[in-house]
Amino acid sequence: MVEPGPPGSSGGDSHDGKTGGVKGYLTKRHVYVMGCTTLLFSTVYVWYMSNGTSSKVSYIMSNTQDLDDFHKTKQPRMTYTKPQILKPSRSDVLMMTPWFAPIVWEGTYNSEILNEQFRRRNVTVGLTVFAIKKYVVFLNKFLETAETYFMVGHRVNYYIFTDRPEEVPKVPLKEGRNVVVLQVQNYPRWQEISMRRMELISNFSQQQFINEVSYLVCVDVDMRFTDQVGVEILSDLFGTLHPHFYAAERQSFTYERRPASQAYVPSDEGDFYYAGGFFGGTVMEVYMLTKKCHEAMMVDKANGIEAIWHDESHLNKYFVYYKPTKILSPEYLWDDDLGRPEILKKRRFLALPKSHAAIRNK
Amino acid sequence: MTREEYKNIAQACRSEIRKAKSHLELQLARDVKRNKKGFFRQADLDETFSVLPRRTDVLLMSPWLAPIVWEGTFNRDILNAQYRQKNSVVGVATFAVKKYVRFIEGFLGSANKFFLSGHRVNFYLFTDHPEKVPSMKLAPEKRLFIIPVQNYPRWQDISMNRMDIISSHIRSCWRYEVDYLYSMDIDVQLFEHIGVEIIDTLVGTISSWQYTEPRENNSYERRQESRAAIPSGEGDFYYAASFYGGSVSEVYKLTTACYKGIMEDRASGIEAKWHEESHLNKYLLYHKPTRLLSPEYYWDEELIRPRIVKVKRLSSVHKDLKEVRF
Repeated sequence: MVEPGPPGSSGGDSHDGKTGGVKGYLTKRHVYVMGCTTLLFSTVYVWYMSNGTSSKVSYIMSNTQDLDDFHKTKQPRMTYTKPQILKPSRSDVLMMTPWFAPIVWEGTYNSEILNEQFRRRNVTVGLTVFAIKKYVVFLNKFLETAETYFMVGHRVNYYIFTDRPEEVPKVPLKEGRNVVVLQVQNYPRWQEISMRRMELISNFSQQQFINEVSYLVCVDVDMRFTDQVGVEILSDLFGTLHPHFYAAERQSFTYERRPASQAYVPSDEGDFYYAGGFFGGTVMEVYMLTKKCHEAMMVDKANGIEAIWHDESHLNKYFVYYKPTKILSPEYLWDDDLGRPEILKKRRFLALPKSHAAIRNK
Repeated sequence: MTREEYKNIAQACRSEIRKAKSHLELQLARDVKRNKKGFFRQADLDETFSVLPRRTDVLLMSPWLAPIVWEGTFNRDILNAQYRQKNSVVGVATFAVKKYVRFIEGFLGSANKFFLSGHRVNFYLFTDHPEKVPSMKLAPEKRLFIIPVQNYPRWQDISMNRMDIISSHIRSCWRYEVDYLYSMDIDVQLFEHIGVEIIDTLVGTISSWQYTEPRENNSYERRQESRAAIPSGEGDFYYAASFYGGSVSEVYKLTTACYKGIMEDRASGIEAKWHEESHLNKYLLYHKPTRLLSPEYYWDEELIRPRIVKVKRLSSVHKDLKEVRF
């Protein structure tokens, strides 16, 4: 959330109007400008949301075309076991949030039905990944395993953000899948690199991705796919349960707890702790998320504070107030160091062992 | 006191007031901001979240990840806050033809109280006896539109033509007036709140009669000559035609497709087993709903309510079918 900072000393008065511990050097003008920007941003957001509904309406007449084909085209026959009302698919885990966002666990979905729904829409999925400095070494394994397990049978664009385009490996790709290399600058600190991902995703979403893909999936690169990650994850806005915290109480979530930061979440708020390494949604939703997070990080920077878990803290703040429409279980982001609990029937996307010190600051 | 002293005191007072005002404004601004997000304040929930399930006795999600709405699985406060941001209007189409006008008062009275309470709803009441519609006081955000419609000799035709009427009204005017549209039978009463948990792109209600039956026993139309035929070995749930809906565009597609099927059947001299409900079931098999309502949302009062149906939100009104239909 981009909140205007506390009003500094009002007008030009000599006395102290400072509040809290933050250095109140923001003048009225700063507050005014930030307020206007926020207002403009939220107006655009509201305009978008209202337009989103009414623009669907104007498509009614053009969509009557496929009505004529309804009876003529033979619907593909799909045989599968009938879902049973009295038999929940999983009774050991929460399958749905109180705002009806499904939580995706193995056994809760039928891939055949979902694949058919998405193929009918001819969906292209964009997968963004950042391989800055030495992280390029992870690309080979990442892309190879993605070819085997990620959105198999659907169209995929791999968007590889890197400062070393010449080191991007040439991995053989299946049909309908492309690699797009995007050259970007690097930063000295790894925290900075991690946080700047938000800015880059938001810029490229607006300029490029919106024209090329329907959905964006944003993941860490130091991972490998080990099992199916398919269209069951796609939704307007989705996040993934962090493997360390899926069973934890709200108070122990590592949200940013200092009110001075834009990423602050009070201890009695918050639904889940989401991982910064796997989120996504439609291009528009991802654009709004990344833009908001980036702006919040810039405000923090101006205030001389850095959130405890960097972009992940800001992502979590966003998800408290803009709830995801789907949540991925820890099957979708796991670390084998955490063992194999009963509820984890599959491990689909695993962290690779790496020496953090060696890789991060080279 | 001297002018000097007065000035000093006045200045001190003014600056104190200024400080208090700015503090108050800041508090106010923070409160407003907080209240907006305060919808999501989880402090009101009696238990914090974890990954343990809330209901383990029923299926909560279809295999294509459409939520099935049961009591105890959702938080209406969160949903209301999300819904209010969209500023949507919901339309309800209902038909009271011939003797069915007697159900209008019960329907509208209970719907006014329990249906999307606090949100904008347009009730579109189709009737062949507009003069028999009782005058009713509705909540400020609810509006009633009475639309005259012709009746048909056969009650099956009245029932099936609803599809055509809904489809043509969406095309001509409702798409400008509402964002979501629901079709409901008139011979029902609401006993519990039905809120924004029903709002989604394409919504079907699981029939209270057949939710435990295996596929072979579901009353789908099985004769291949009918447009509503579902081959054996296929079928997810049996949906009730008494309560369905969704976004205006999706309901348009549904009703147009169903009515087309009905017309083609008529031309072939066949009538589907359960009339427009058979066509609805065929449509929803191949265009899967994005949300399903449990039998809480349409309970046939002739059935004994099992434990899994914890709440009876909407129920059919007892009637003598022979007497009221003919």
